[in-house]
Amino acid sequence: MREKKKMDLGSLRELLLIGVVIILCIIWTIMNPQFISMNNVTNILRQGSYTAIAAVGMTMVIIIGEIDLSAGSLICASGLVGAMVCKSTNNVVLAVSAALLVGVVVGGSNGVLCAVGKLPGFIATLASMTVLRGLAYIITGGNSVVWTNEAFTKIGTGYVGIVPIPVIIMLVVIIFGVFLTSKLRFGRYIYAVGGNMEASRWSGIAVVKVKIIVYMIMGVLTSIAGLIVVTRLGSGQPSAGQNFEMDCITAAVVGGTSMSGGRGKIIGTVVGVLLLTVLTNGMTLVGINTYWQQVFKGIIIVVSVLADTHTKKN
Amino acid sequence: MSEVVVKMEGISKSFAGIKALDHVQIELCKGEVHALMGENGAGKSTLMKIMTGVYTKDEGFMYLRDEINGEMRQIEIKSPLMAQKLGLSMVFQELNLLENMNIGENIFIGREPVGTATMIDKKVLNEKAKKELEKVKLDINPSTSVSSLSCGQKQCVEIAKALSFDARVVVFDEPTASLSETESRTLFEIIRELRNKGVCIVYISHRMEEVFELSDRITVFRNGTYIDTVETSKVSEADLIKMMIGRDLEEGKKKGSAYINKQKTVLSVRNVTIFPNSSPISFELHEKEILGFFGLVGAGRTELSRAIFGIDPIGEGEIYIQGSKVHINCPRDAMDVGIGLVPEDRKGLGLILGMSIKDNMLLSKLGQLKSRILNKKVLKEITGTYIDDLGIVLRDENQEVKELSGGNQQKVVIAKWLAMTPDILILDEPTRGIDVGAKSEIYTLMRKLTEAGKSIIMISSEMAEIQKVSDRVIVMHEGNITGELSIEEATKNSIMQAAFGGIKA
Repeated sequence: MREKKKMDLGSLRELLLIGVVIILCIIWTIMNPQFISMNNVTNILRQGSYTAIAAVGMTMVIIIGEIDLSAGSLICASGLVGAMVCKSTNNVVLAVSAALLVGVVVGGSNGVLCAVGKLPGFIATLASMTVLRGLAYIITGGNSVVWTNEAFTKIGTGYVGIVPIPVIIMLVVIIFGVFLTSKLRFGRYIYAVGGNMEASRWSGIAVVKVKIIVYMIMGVLTSIAGLIVVTRLGSGQPSAGQNFEMDCITAAVVGGTSMSGGRGKIIGTVVGVLLLTVLTNGMTLVGINTYWQQVFKGIIIVVSVLADTHTKKN
Repeated sequence: MSEVVVKMEGISKSFAGIKALDHVQIELCKGEVHALMGENGAGKSTLMKIMTGVYTKDEGFMYLRDEINGEMRQIEIKSPLMAQKLGLSMVFQELNLLENMNIGENIFIGREPVGTATMIDKKVLNEKAKKELEKVKLDINPSTSVSSLSCGQKQCVEIAKALSFDARVVVFDEPTASLSETESRTLFEIIRELRNKGVCIVYISHRMEEVFELSDRITVFRNGTYIDTVETSKVSEADLIKMMIGRDLEEGKKKGSAYINKQKTVLSVRNVTIFPNSSPISFELHEKEILGFFGLVGAGRTELSRAIFGIDPIGEGEIYIQGSKVHINCPRDAMDVGIGLVPEDRKGLGLILGMSIKDNMLLSKLGQLKSRILNKKVLKEITGTYIDDLGIVLRDENQEVKELSGGNQQKVVIAKWLAMTPDILILDEPTRGIDVGAKSEIYTLMRKLTEAGKSIIMISSEMAEIQKVSDRVIVMHEGNITGELSIEEATKNSIMQAAFGGIKA
């Protein structure tokens, strides 16, 4: 009995957020019936897909008590590398592999700087954020990169039946994230390291390895998101993905992940992404300008975290 | 009896529906050391926090003697600042100093002397702070940063802060828990002086010796209820324990040296150097033995355990398990050869406070499981066994560890290690900060474990514990082994002599 009660309390937050999403949907539909059209719903899912994919990784990074500021730059860099390889070889497999490799390398080096070099994750990824953005401009000379291979373009724009490919990728990533954090031994280690790094080490957990792997997962997921972004845009832009990391962090925080580590759920983050995407999409549809959109986003962050801290107290 | 300063009666307090205090009372007199005893969770700290304004009471009355007309009058304490202004101060268990500020700033925080243009007058502040520091015999410049002080010095600063309010009642909550022997002595001197000046000292402690040495009267609480107030001189240790736990203690019987299986050595440490300037040490641990390690603070016992467990891998020297040489470079290596370590710092190194009891218990076991995918049923069996075996008192196993009492937390740490079935268990200060009832349960458990074939190294700074529990005692001093005593030889004198470096091994 008690266990059941506690479970309910744990998922109460997600239910509450879903409630807010539904209310928002109703409001937008009343204001503009276009909102609930098949076209727009698909659009929302596609808009949310790449944020959700990277936010799954970001949630894990935040759970181990760190942060990744380089996500936006990596979205750009991995997309660019994919686009350039596709342009010169016309081989989709090579292009995708190259982009993912960039993710592994960047994530890995973030992890090594943080776990072995003992740099705070904030600093390590602040540095890689800056370096990657600089490199993106150097390599492209500030110009966009275009390719002709249509199969590559399909990653971001294609459909399987009526479901956009990015949405399918997103679902796979979410399932992977939920499985890893709740069903795998490694998932426990993530929470343990974030809860108390020293106690984890004293319990025989290879803290350094856990941190590096989590950053690498983050890197790979971000470069998947980068591939979707670049193929949706149709060209590699050295300015792509600005402030993208903040969207991921916002989704995680709104979804209940604690910035001090040790607490958070993938599903919470996914609902967080959904909430933010529905909010932005609806506001655009009913004609609220982007500046006001930012104001509302900010308010949502404060309200959701306040609500969280107060439910915890009770 | 001298005049009463504070009287509290019928005090009740609940947290989230659970009664922490149920109509309790206390009378504190001028110029006495009043010990407050009881198991963890008995409500001692809660009552004192109500008196000093940290918590507000649900029910009951508090009276304070008016300093001017000398009459008792009823009072409602609304905030810690109000309590401090009325002369009721508390020196907290967890020190409450701001590490990034200096001593003077800490003492006068919130009431800094102000000079021209509302700037803080540093000169006056330092002068005033110096006077306060003299009262606690701390001869340090008040502009020294708090972070550079030792634990004992920090405590003195806390006391100075409490006294700076012209305290009439000062509450000490487990003040010696993190102090060295000498630092404790200085603290006792300060407490005695305060008492002689007419200050009332409330002394919360689990340490019997200290309570008998210092206190004039003792009040005992059990499970949030008031049991009795007695004069220290008229009560025995056994009576006091009975009052606290409501029954007599039973403790596991010692084997004595004759029973130890001397043939079988499970762990052998050879030529391990603890400190750069200490000489290499060697010792052996026998099967089914509890080997006590005694020493003063800084003797190198914890460092030794860290070396064996691979936290700070040994440079030179060798470790043998069951006769074969092993290389331990990280805790995982140590665990693989069957060593578990219950660290001294339970909250910092032993537990992940925000995690559930269940998850904490499984932390070290998970690495041993073959499958990387967690099987709820298997995990539940493991946790269930140890919760029952160790008698961990909990609401449910998904409860966060930080909600448990110290004794139960310690049991969770021990369970975490038992779950991975080690042959050798190192317990560093296993009963620090734990109440008497849970203490004796842990002793009994240790005895049971050795009977089941495990071998235990127990590091302890408590003489009584070493003598009561160990089968054999090794004494360390400044990184060297200065004595190896059978339990018959291990008298208080011989142990202390070795601890001060008396006999060189």
